[in-house]
Amino acid sequence: MKILVAVKQVSVLDDEFEMRDDGRDVDEDFFEKDLNEFDHFAVEEALLIKEASGGEAEVVIVTVGDDDADDALRTALAKGAERGVRVWDDSLVDADSVTIAKVLAKVVEREDPDMVFTGAQSVDFGHAATGMALAGLLGWPHAAVVSKLDFKPGDENATIHRELEGGLEEIMSVTCPAVLSIQLGINQPRYASLRGIRQARQKPVDELDLSDLGLSAETVKAASRVRRMYAPERGQAEIIEGSVAEQAARLAEIVKELRGA
Amino acid sequence: MAEILVVAGQRDGVLHPATLEAVAAARTVKTGGDSLAVVIISADPDGLAGALSVEGVDEVITVKAGSNDFQPELVEAVVVALAQAREPSLIATAHSVDAWSFAPSAAVMLGSGFASDVLALKSEGSDLIATRAGYAEKVLVDLEFPGRETTLLTIRTNVFEPAGGSSMPKLTAMDAPACETSLNHLGWKEPADAGGIDIPGSDFILSIGRGVSDEGNVEQFLELADEMGATLGCSRPVADNGWLAKARQVGQSGQLAANCRLYIAMGISGSVQHQWGMKHIENIVAVNTDPEASIFSIARYGIVGDMFEIAEELENHF
Ligand SMILES: Cc1cc2nc3c(=O)[nH]c(=O)nc-3n(C[C@H](O)[C@H](O)[C@H](O)COP(=O)(O)OP(=O)(O)OC[C@H]3O[C@@H](n4cnc5c(N)ncnc54)[C@H](O)[C@@H]3O)c2cc1C
Ligand SMILES: Nc1ncnc2c1ncn2[C@@H]1O[C@H](COP(=O)(O)O)[C@@H](O)[C@H]1O
Repeated sequence: MKILVAVKQVSVLDDEFEMRDDGRDVDEDFFEKDLNEFDHFAVEEALLIKEASGGEAEVVIVTVGDDDADDALRTALAKGAERGVRVWDDSLVDADSVTIAKVLAKVVEREDPDMVFTGAQSVDFGHAATGMALAGLLGWPHAAVVSKLDFKPGDENATIHRELEGGLEEIMSVTCPAVLSIQLGINQPRYASLRGIRQARQKPVDELDLSDLGLSAETVKAASRVRRMYAPERGQAEIIEGSVAEQAARLAEIVKELRGA
Repeated sequence: MAEILVVAGQRDGVLHPATLEAVAAARTVKTGGDSLAVVIISADPDGLAGALSVEGVDEVITVKAGSNDFQPELVEAVVVALAQAREPSLIATAHSVDAWSFAPSAAVMLGSGFASDVLALKSEGSDLIATRAGYAEKVLVDLEFPGRETTLLTIRTNVFEPAGGSSMPKLTAMDAPACETSLNHLGWKEPADAGGIDIPGSDFILSIGRGVSDEGNVEQFLELADEMGATLGCSRPVADNGWLAKARQVGQSGQLAANCRLYIAMGISGSVQHQWGMKHIENIVAVNTDPEASIFSIARYGIVGDMFEIAEELENHF
C-alpha cells in the first residue's frame, strides 16, 4: 500500500521586489522558498494513515522542481515519509499547473500508488488546479478541498468531507484509488524532529528528468503562457505615518469619527 | 463568429449565484456575431432556465441528471461533449469549490487552454488574455493561450457584477452523457453553532490574523475589541489553530461581514479567500508589517507597523 503526496516549493516575495528584465516574472533575487503551507497538511494526512495502519503504508513524496526544491522534499521526508522523487528539466522553467500535472501523471504511472494527495492550492499562485488536472489525465476519481478523510489501507472507498463555501461540508464516499486535494485544518501538521531532519538527508530520492519519464518538452506543453507580470495599481489606502503613538492616536480618532462617538 | 459556453453551478437545485458573474465575465469578450450558451445540469434544469435568461445569453442548454448531487465526472463529460460538438473559443465557469473539482480535469481532457481564478479578461487582436493574481496577490499576471482553439477559465467570484436584465434564449435539451461516477453524496455537515458570536451582524470588527503568532497573544485582542466596542474577528489560521472560535472567521469558508462599516485587519495578509468576506466594507484599516501585503490594496487607511505595538497604544484611547 502506497500513498503518493505531491509537494511544491513555493516562492514568497520579499517586502520589496523588482521584475525580471523580460517582464514575465519577478527577479529571482527577491524570493524566499518554502514548502507550500497546504502540503504540510497533505503530508500529515498520509503519515496519519500510515501510522494508524501500523506502518502498513509507504509514503512517497514527489516534487517537480529544480535543486532548490530539494529542501521542500527533505522537509516532507523529515516528517516521516519513506522516500522521494524529484523531477526536473530546464524546459520546465515556465511550467503551468497543466504541465506539472502531466509530469506527475507519469510519476503516478511509475509508482502505482493507492492514493494521491495534493494541497488544495499553492500559496504563491493559488491555481487550485494541479491535483485535479492530474486526476483528469489519469482518469481517476477525484475531489477538491477535502477537509476530513476516513481511509485505511485496503479500503475500496474513502469517506471524505468536501469543504464548500460558507463552511458547509458535503460528506461523500469516493472510490479508490483517488486524487484528493487536501484543505487547511484537516489535521495539525507535525514539525520534523531533529532526528527526522538528520535522517531525511540519507533517505532515497530518485532524481528524474523528462526523458526518464518518456516525456519531452513538446508533450508537456503548457495550457497558458505568461505574457506580462506587473504590480497591481494600489488602491487609495492612505498610509498613516508617524511614531507608533501618533499612528495609534490617528487610528483611535478614525474609529471615534466613524462610530460617531 | 465564435461560440462561448458558460457552465452553470447549482447546489441542491439552487442556482449558484456566481454563475451570473461568469456570464458577465464572458460577456466582456463577446462580440456582435458571437453566441453565448449556458449549460445547466440538475434534476430539474428547466426550472433554472428562467434564472439564466439574462442579458447576453443566447441559448440555455439543459441537461437532466438523476439527482442534484454534484458529480464532477458528469460535469466533465458534459463539457467535453459540448466542446467537441461546438468548438467554443471560451468556456467560463465560476471559481467555486465545485469548479475546483471539475474545471482542471475537464481542461486536460479537452487539451484546451486553461487558467483559474481569473479576475479580468479581454481580447487583444485575436488573442484571449486572462488576468489573474500571483505571489499571494502581490502581482498581476496576463496570460495568453497560444495555439489553443478553446480556453477554459474559472472566474474569481465577487469581481464581476452579476449579469442581469433578461433575454429570450433558445432552449436546448441535451441528454446526459453516459459516464461512470465514483463519488456518492452521503450528507451535509452544517457549520457549528455560532454561540452568540455575530460577525454578519456586526458593524465594527477588529480582526486578527496569523501575525498574532501565538495563542497566548490572542487574549489581549479580545480585551481590546471589547474596550473599543468591536466584535473580534479572525482569519482562517487563527480559527484552524483553535485560538478563536470558527464563528469568528471572516472569509469564503467562514462568515461574510455583511453589515460591517469599519474593519480593522491586524496581521492579515489579504488572501482572496479572506477578502471574500470583507473587501466590500467601506472603511478598512490595515495594520501589517509588510508594506507590500495585498490587504493595503483594498484598505482605506494603512499602518505599516507591528500589530502589538499599535494595539498597546490603542488601549490608551478607549
Ligand atoms: C477553499 C479555501 C477557503 C478559505 N477560506 C478562508 C476564510 O474563510 N478566511 C480566511 O481568512 N482564509 C481562508 N482561507 C485561507 C487563505 O487562503 C489564507 O491562508 C489565509 O487567509 C491567511 O491568513 P492570514 O492573512 O492571517 O495569514 P498570512 O497570509 O500568513 O498573513 C499574515 C500577515 O501578518 C503579517 N504580520 C506578521 N507579523 C505581524 C505583526 N507583528 N504585526 C503586523 N503584521 C504582522 C505578515 O506580514 C502577513 O501579511 C481559505 C483557503 C481555501 C483554500
Ligand atoms: N511543482 C510541483 N510539484 C509537485 N506538486 C505540485 C507542484 N505544483 C503544484 N503541486 C501540487 O498541487 C497543489 C496545488 O497547487 P496549485 O495547483 O499550484 O494551486 C500543491 O499543493 C501540490 O500538492
